[in-house]
Amino acid sequence: MMKSVICAAFIAALGLGAASAQTLAVTNGRVVTNTDAGIIENGTVLIRDGMIEAAGANVSIPSGVEVIDANGGWITPGLFHPHTQLGLIEVALESSTSDAAAPGASFTAAIDVADAYNPAGGYIADSRRHGITRYGVFPSTGRGIIAGRGALASSTGAPDALFATRAFLYVDMSQSGASTAGGSRNAAWAYLRAAFEDARFYPGRFMAHHEGDAINRFDAAALVSAVRGEIPIFMQVERASDIRRAIRFSRDHPAARFVFVGAAESWMVAEELAEAGIPVIIDPLRNLPASFDILAARLDAPARLHAAGVQTAYTTISADLYFNPRLITQHAGNAVAHGASWEDAFRSITLSAAEIHGVGDRYGALASGYAGDVVVWDGDPLEVLNAPVAVVIDGVSQSMVSRQSRLAERYAEQVPDGQYGYRH
Amino acid sequence: MQQTDDRRRGALWPAMAGAFAGLAALGLAACNGDNGGNGSASGNGELVRYNPDPYPSTYTPLPAETVLIQGATVFDGVGGEFENYDVLMQDGRIAGIGEGLEAPEGTVIVDGRGRYVTPGIIDAHSHLGVYPSPSVSAHADGNEITSPVTAEVWAEHGVWPQDPGFDSALAGGVTTLHVLPGSANLFGGRGITLRNVPSRTVQGMKFPDAPYTLKMACGENPKRVYGGQGRAPGSRMGNMAGYREAWQRAVEYRRSWNRYWDAGDASAVSPTRNLELDTLMGVLDGEILIQMHCYRADEMALVLDMAREFDYRVTTFHHAVEAYKIGDLLAADDVCSAVWADWGGFKMEAYDSINENLALVHAAGACAMIHSDHPLGIQRLNQEVAKALGAGRRLGIEVSDGEAMAWLTSNPARGLGIFDETGSLEAGKRADVVLWSAHPFSTYALADHVYIDGALMYDREDPERRTVRDFMLGQPGEGVL
Repeated sequence: MMKSVICAAFIAALGLGAASAQTLAVTNGRVVTNTDAGIIENGTVLIRDGMIEAAGANVSIPSGVEVIDANGGWITPGLFHPHTQLGLIEVALESSTSDAAAPGASFTAAIDVADAYNPAGGYIADSRRHGITRYGVFPSTGRGIIAGRGALASSTGAPDALFATRAFLYVDMSQSGASTAGGSRNAAWAYLRAAFEDARFYPGRFMAHHEGDAINRFDAAALVSAVRGEIPIFMQVERASDIRRAIRFSRDHPAARFVFVGAAESWMVAEELAEAGIPVIIDPLRNLPASFDILAARLDAPARLHAAGVQTAYTTISADLYFNPRLITQHAGNAVAHGASWEDAFRSITLSAAEIHGVGDRYGALASGYAGDVVVWDGDPLEVLNAPVAVVIDGVSQSMVSRQSRLAERYAEQVPDGQYGYRH
Repeated sequence: MQQTDDRRRGALWPAMAGAFAGLAALGLAACNGDNGGNGSASGNGELVRYNPDPYPSTYTPLPAETVLIQGATVFDGVGGEFENYDVLMQDGRIAGIGEGLEAPEGTVIVDGRGRYVTPGIIDAHSHLGVYPSPSVSAHADGNEITSPVTAEVWAEHGVWPQDPGFDSALAGGVTTLHVLPGSANLFGGRGITLRNVPSRTVQGMKFPDAPYTLKMACGENPKRVYGGQGRAPGSRMGNMAGYREAWQRAVEYRRSWNRYWDAGDASAVSPTRNLELDTLMGVLDGEILIQMHCYRADEMALVLDMAREFDYRVTTFHHAVEAYKIGDLLAADDVCSAVWADWGGFKMEAYDSINENLALVHAAGACAMIHSDHPLGIQRLNQEVAKALGAGRRLGIEVSDGEAMAWLTSNPARGLGIFDETGSLEAGKRADVVLWSAHPFSTYALADHVYIDGALMYDREDPERRTVRDFMLGQPGEGVL
């Protein structure tokens, strides 16, 4: 019976059911709003035409609408992972299956992950099954420290799943960036300053020739929006001294907007970050001196950042960013175990991540005017024993089937050897 | 590039990793050790034998008080869960568990009410010490990537006892860990089982009398590493040929030694010692335990036939991402699987990773356990088990919390041949104990106390009761979790 239910859901996901959003009510659960309304016991979320119409304890459900009964579980906004490579990598060690980086390419800022992103990527359905409804997709660095421009996606798997492209620029100024730049941090900063100049003086500087001081004309054209602050610059930076240098760089370029990613030692610079208004995307689980870049990594870093008032979102660097973004709830739970409040931690994988990406007015909260992205859980989402029981995106119930769940179903019982191939 | 260190390491690890375990003169069996390990022959009429334990454990437990934990929820590691139970540790051993235990005068009483007690966690697959933090090139001592068959190397000869990862693992409740060479080679070398204690030497960490192990590796790693150099193995066919060729040499080597010993003629010329084949002979003699890195179900099935062909036993398949496909075969051959909760996708042989793997193998009646293979994962194996348990239950597999607790305690102890000494809370065993702030399957649970042989090695409330490796002294991350 379990199988038939799952098959029905799968078929629905293949198209028929993924139809237009109607009115949908999610009810009878503990509603985490991520708004001033806080957490509402025994609440209801009403979604109409893909958008949240109301969330609260006394929301009346129109007759005849589809109802998802949370059965006393938790009802939360969909998870927003700010920092993934979902849809770019199938098998990390098989370069033919990865579009994350192009070490042999001649372009940097001009690279646009939207040109490679595959909404049917192999791990997107399982990410969705684990509660991730929205995520950032970033390019890794190839030839230079400027990796290119990232995008924002939903996990529906639909052809139009990218909802924002050329949404942020990704730059690596950490130890690995120093290596990419030729072998030292100073080389990396010299390159970045030169590239900024090339973009600032675009197109004039390129009237006579195609090459700037650091980057070519096409890359400079792509970099302009970041230098002007029209899109944020996600800067990978780990060591406290590098973070301070990056803060100074931000002061020298007041138009540009920065987000620091990785940021293992950011807790040492928390006051300056809060004052500069620079958000941080950090992995709560990194606590070993895995490199000389992160000698001060510690498990209570998120708690310290929250306490200092730094806008913070979480990532899953230490797991991975293409197969296991779904572990972001575990990472957030461990931030709580080491001093963060539950509310701050949960916000860091929902609303704060959306805000850092500039879409915090549409995603990450359960309030009127927000997209109808809702996850129903069998308990506290940050508890590793728990999992989603239903996922809704833009008001549409999503399939809870993935390639991984199909494999589990196939092997859930032992049958004679020749029969496995017919179990599907 | 994708950020940093850990993930890169993660990807490479299973990749490069592999490991080895080493030699073991154990095969040489019945060594009397009289001649100091160099086999100096027989002038005095003795047969040539070699010392099987030339780098002996010098581990000495730290001073332990008599401790009574009262009123806790106790998991014994072998299926039991008991409310309002006491655990008494005396002379470094478990003196008893039960309700309302009497304690001798002077016993340290620990209030366990609202808290949980488990056996010390055992990680069956770690590279702490051989791939320590920081992971600079000078620290890469876990793979002897110079030949596909290096059964002669020993992980303990590459362990850096100052790896800060040992300290973090202790805070996560790990009291015993098995350090393996990586998986670059078909035969990676000997693994070593360690107490998670601070020491200036690896000998000071060695688990007394734990059997040696031998790391072997299936699949992509050996064929990629050597095929890429234009050497064998360059395919899975070459992997199997490489194992079989080595086992055949070991069979003949063992035969020649047995013939020499059986003849009992001290004036005869002994066979020439071969360190590589010493280890393989130890496996054939049943004294060294095979720990084999293997992802795919079909490869594991071939390896099981190979073990029959050469008459040895595979103790544990490591990673075993597709073990769930052949739970019946693994159960029939009594082979354990040491798995992750949810790693996958990093290479093709990890493509069919499912979160239900551990629970499905357990349900098939085979021995299953969690493992970390990672310096961060080892810090929260309780959470890894909880994830695997939750996934299994959602598939409809009924497993109690008590049964699942075996996945990080007694089952790894069995897989390492140390279950008589640790891995469960049973009277007479080493007092390796963790006191948790909450149910250990909660994300929010932290180890409050960690005891090794009854000694309080870690106390979350006491910064002084916390190990700090040399590397961390004076560093900005010194002494913090």
